[in-house]
Amino acid sequence: MNRDLTIGVLALQGDVREHLSALAECDALARPVRRPSELDSVDALVIPGGESTTISNLAIEFGLFEPIKKRINGGMPVYGSCAGMILLAGTVLDGREDRPPFGGIDMIVRRNAFGRQVDSFEAPVGIDGIDGAPFHAVFIRAPWVEEVGPEAQVLGRVTSGAAAGRIVAVRQGHLLATAFHPELTGDLRVHEYFVELVRQSGSHGVEMARAGVS
Amino acid sequence: MSDENPGQPVVGSARVKRGMAEMLKGGVIMDVVTAEQAKIAEDAGAVAVMALERVPADIRAQGGVSRMSDPDMIESIIATVSIPVMAKVRIGHFVEAQVLQALGVDYIDESEVLTPADYANHIDKWQYTVPFVCGATNLGEALRRITEGAAMIRSKGEAGTGDVSNATTHMRRIRGEIKRLTSLPEDELYVAAKELQAPYELVKEVAETGKLPVVLFTAGGIATPADAAMMMQLGAEGVFVGSGIFKSGNPAQRAAAVVKATTFYDDPDVIAKVSRGLGEAMVGINVDDIPVPHRLQERGW
Repeated sequence: MNRDLTIGVLALQGDVREHLSALAECDALARPVRRPSELDSVDALVIPGGESTTISNLAIEFGLFEPIKKRINGGMPVYGSCAGMILLAGTVLDGREDRPPFGGIDMIVRRNAFGRQVDSFEAPVGIDGIDGAPFHAVFIRAPWVEEVGPEAQVLGRVTSGAAAGRIVAVRQGHLLATAFHPELTGDLRVHEYFVELVRQSGSHGVEMARAGVS
Repeated sequence: MSDENPGQPVVGSARVKRGMAEMLKGGVIMDVVTAEQAKIAEDAGAVAVMALERVPADIRAQGGVSRMSDPDMIESIIATVSIPVMAKVRIGHFVEAQVLQALGVDYIDESEVLTPADYANHIDKWQYTVPFVCGATNLGEALRRITEGAAMIRSKGEAGTGDVSNATTHMRRIRGEIKRLTSLPEDELYVAAKELQAPYELVKEVAETGKLPVVLFTAGGIATPADAAMMMQLGAEGVFVGSGIFKSGNPAQRAAAVVKATTFYDDPDVIAKVSRGLGEAMVGINVDDIPVPHRLQERGW
């Protein structure tokens, strides 16, 4: 029922395949995006987990950085997990100046905030607006959100352990970000939530309107 | 999640270890011997660096016993870059692995490039919070390493040669053996497990899914952007480059070119563009010219 929605996954580096198959399981048309022309053909974008500095670098080198930024500002729905959350942040701490984020969400994100790989962990996280049991959240050298601006809405926090209370899921209008990786667990609820967000967002409706369909 | 402490964070799980490798996919991991080289690798877009004392080409040229790197060197690299830092231990040297874990290394390579410390046993990798990557020349070897707890596999190739032929052999062999398993009737998987010298459960899983349960990278002899792209087309999920970068004429430019060719591995126009004007590639040795006892790929059992 979502086959009329085309959702791209930024495929410069990272766990692209896991996002593509999660979206396909939600019955959306999922496509890898590596070129500006491929970006033009999608209604929404997922920025996968990976190395944020590598993804930013390749986006700049292959002429995708400005087009993505423009689409984000123009209202394209975007979901980012982990590295994707970093790349959607207005401000990144412990990043590199020459590897800027696309921005879009009014938040300050700290890269590798939980520590090194030996500190990577699994823990339950509840998300506001998504029903059912808490997510079995997988954090891998993950960022956390230090602070959100008035526009951004906190959807989830770590509930236990040393990092209890840290913000790990945020939404601002058409933009969604999680510090953890739902694509690794087979739990489709975040992707379903995002597909629904895409469906309800204007961009798709606008195209329908343009084509004279009401 | 542990039953004793429901809701408490769990570190070092198989999912977290294997998941880390998933995040490296489509990327290039570069061998570095100094913090300066690590910086060049990060600037070029590497997804991680591999800290070691000497690159394989020098180990080969200089001979002697090669061991884990100096902790000071590893710490200086960790302090210099923000991308993940990997480091190598000798096959079977479980104390070198304990040291690297204590240093906060993000991934350990139990590597045939260093001189083995145990000619019978590999490290019991389940005992560690830090994940391990191991080399393999065939599917049976890969599955034995996964049984011991490896969370990532790389095909071995022949390190330090700049000769990609063994990397292609090993990648084709692993992929071919996986494909064969998927075509076998279920009642033949028992014998397949015996022949592969790997646990039946794991063999059955590979036969059902058509892939390894962990990420598969390539390594050993990759020296050019086209080498990296070919290995990706052959089914590698990412690339380790050892001597190929810092034994070449223009490391920074070559490193960036290999990164781009790995992302656009199926686009000859991009590969052609990034391959221009790279200067001298590493000199290289033909694997056939290396006497069998000196071939690193033979190490590991």
